Amino acid sequence: MMMAAKQKTEKLPMPPLNLWLPAVALGWLVPGGGHFLLKRNGRGALILFSVASMFLFGIMMGGILFQPKTGGLLEMIIYCGGFLGDLASGIFYVFAIWMGYAQPDVAGAVHDYGTKFLVTAGLLNVLAMVDAFDIAAGRKN
Amino acid sequence: MPKVNLSHFEAALLFALFTSIVLGIVSRKTDRDRLEYGLRCFGWFVVALFAIGWAMRLGHG
Repeated sequence: MMMAAKQKTEKLPMPPLNLWLPAVALGWLVPGGGHFLLKRNGRGALILFSVASMFLFGIMMGGILFQPKTGGLLEMIIYCGGFLGDLASGIFYVFAIWMGYAQPDVAGAVHDYGTKFLVTAGLLNVLAMVDAFDIAAGRKN
Repeated sequence: MPKVNLSHFEAALLFALFTSIVLGIVSRKTDRDRLEYGLRCFGWFVVALFAIGWAMRLGHG
């Protein structure tokens, strides 16, 4: 029983950087790109569809894109965390900023849902990047 | 960019759909398991949506 517990906590060795970095970096820039690079086209296409749709709906619902703010602890967690979530959408975030998207923070359920959609699109892409890492490292098919 | 004005229910359903697709893809090892898990996630999202919706309605009286 102790051996089983020991095996569970045993850390896997870190795979070489050149094995996983291209897939993870491309996965950040283009959601699903890491999967495309690793020849998992079906999964890559579904990730691209989901993240792109979620981000586009977020924009069409008038969600806000967070800017990092420091002040109180809670404010820092919300704004910096939200900014990182938005940033994780990769090219969609870059493109939205480049096109000058700047929705003011207004009250309303639809705007609020939009903001959550924008952050969640990025968080889903983080999951996809972790999956691409596992595939590239040979831990998963 | 066109604006959309979704209801709570429509927005939550869309959220559940996209999230379930990605959760299904990254959480399981075979395509069959991925499909099953994605569908199960979506089902639980919908169940939670109705349960929490009714709880809020009953809570507000």
